[in-house]
Amino acid sequence: MTTSQLIGTDPGWISLVKGLLIFVVCVLATLMSVWGERRIVARMQQRLGPNRVGPFGLVQALADGVKLALKEDLIPKAADRIVFVLAPIISATTCFMSFAVIPLSGEVTLFGHKTVMQLTDIPVGVLYVLAIASVGVYGIVLAGWSSGSTYPLLGGLRSSAQVISYEVAMGLSLVAVFIYAGSMSTADIVAAQNQWWFCVTLFPSFVIYAISMVGETNRAPFDLAEAEGELVGGFHTEYSSLKFALFFLAEYVNIVAVSALATTLFLGGYHALPGLGFTENWLGGWFTVIWFLTKVVFFFFIFVWLRGTLPRLRYDQFMKFGWKVLIPFSLVWIMIVATLRVLSQQGAPRVVVIGFTTGVVLLVLAGSTLVESAKKRRIREDALGEVSAPSFPVPAIPGKSTTKEVIRETEQLNG
Amino acid sequence: MDNPLTPRSNDLGLTAAAKANKPIENQDAKSFFAQLQGFWVTFITMFKKVNTVQYPEVKEPTAERFHGRHQLNRYDDGLEKCIGCELCAWACPADAILVEGESNTEEERYSPGERYGKVYQINYLRCVFCGLCIEACPTRALTMTNEYELADDTRAKVIFEKEDLLAPLRAGQLQPPHPMAPGKTHIDYYRGDVKGDLNG
Repeated sequence: MTTSQLIGTDPGWISLVKGLLIFVVCVLATLMSVWGERRIVARMQQRLGPNRVGPFGLVQALADGVKLALKEDLIPKAADRIVFVLAPIISATTCFMSFAVIPLSGEVTLFGHKTVMQLTDIPVGVLYVLAIASVGVYGIVLAGWSSGSTYPLLGGLRSSAQVISYEVAMGLSLVAVFIYAGSMSTADIVAAQNQWWFCVTLFPSFVIYAISMVGETNRAPFDLAEAEGELVGGFHTEYSSLKFALFFLAEYVNIVAVSALATTLFLGGYHALPGLGFTENWLGGWFTVIWFLTKVVFFFFIFVWLRGTLPRLRYDQFMKFGWKVLIPFSLVWIMIVATLRVLSQQGAPRVVVIGFTTGVVLLVLAGSTLVESAKKRRIREDALGEVSAPSFPVPAIPGKSTTKEVIRETEQLNG
Repeated sequence: MDNPLTPRSNDLGLTAAAKANKPIENQDAKSFFAQLQGFWVTFITMFKKVNTVQYPEVKEPTAERFHGRHQLNRYDDGLEKCIGCELCAWACPADAILVEGESNTEEERYSPGERYGKVYQINYLRCVFCGLCIEACPTRALTMTNEYELADDTRAKVIFEKEDLLAPLRAGQLQPPHPMAPGKTHIDYYRGDVKGDLNG
């Protein structure tokens, strides 16, 4: 029986139980990840992190949540009241919804019923996740707009521009997965990674996805929407109490969600590490959940590691990176993957496939050499241009006087 | 042909490299590996010993000459060193010290010599622990201890009075007011010629 058939036979109450379980897991994951992030970042800075509330400070996030709930709930006078209240609700609900199609385990028995830990399996599962993520952006845009204040508006604009831009790169990186798995259903994609995980066979896609998922979740080093030094708190500057807590929750659930999606699409989902396949039958199949969570935790650690290491990017550099590097790169990569796929499906001789691959590699090498030499020439011309700077003290402007005449004159002057 | 007025360029020696016709190193590749180095730094730091001190439970000693709470010292027989001159108050940049002097009498003597500090207050909400008062004190009456736990919950509680600041009586010291040691003057006290244990 396929996964979708298995899920199709679920009685209603099993679906309810699954939904509840997923919700509980998400909220718990948020609490744990807030704690985990603070502890890990602290370690990276040779500190201890929160260790007061409960054993090892485990209850810290819960205590913070209670504190937030007890705070005064302010709505600014200039705010659009209805939208202001609606925005955090949109954010917090959409972030949970993408978990509906994430397969958390292989075949298990739940209350004597054979099923999988996946709420539903739809043929366009991953598209559904992307769509939900886009709806989540509304939470950010509306929060920024309805606050009736400058910083939140700017922060909201930045966040939404960022999320939308990186969603393009993210969507493109997924195309290669769809081509290779031959399906958009998450269960089928996991099944297609029985032998080789897509992070190996589609490594460039994996890299693009890994970068864009950090951009997508507004996390460091791409957290310019909440750049404390520039925009106070970004889109949620004016939010307090439970509404702020909802945004906070949404951010962390989103991190877990993109990590879970990355696990599903590139790291073989609930499958065990290669060579440890026998563990998948342990605990009546429930051990697969542990494999899945381990991989999610791995991604979460990467998130924290990035935050602990890299400084924040400048906004224009960040957008440039998204539009001028990631998107063209993934477009070219998709073309290559698609061609290879078609060639192999059409039963093209091995020589053609190898020839095509060699051609691509040669083209890439030639292209990068050209780009590099152009860059070197530009640097040299900049440097030569600076020698002929005006004879009174003004700051040198690199690249302002790089015409050929200037260079020739300079060379003559220098002998 | 270097023009002395040419601004100093900040191009990291690229001009010189261009002049010497040397190949320019690829800065991008360098910075890429430098970034990876950063990841290693944060990773390895996770396994280092943490610097955190579990403060309320674990207290580490301060530096020896740490500027903490003030103390008004006594001579070995228990008489106060403070002569109420107010030089500390005048030296204080934060106006944290209030001193009111009073004359000693033969019946009621608190310090050797003519005057003593009757009122002595230090407001620890104002004090910046700069130590200028200690430098100003002519009799070494005022010094600083290493005690730093001075926080409290009302403003009144952090204005320390004379009795809070006075050094506790050691063995052999007698609670003033009491007369000076027989045959001794305030100059003998100042020179340290008066030993304690008058009664013993």
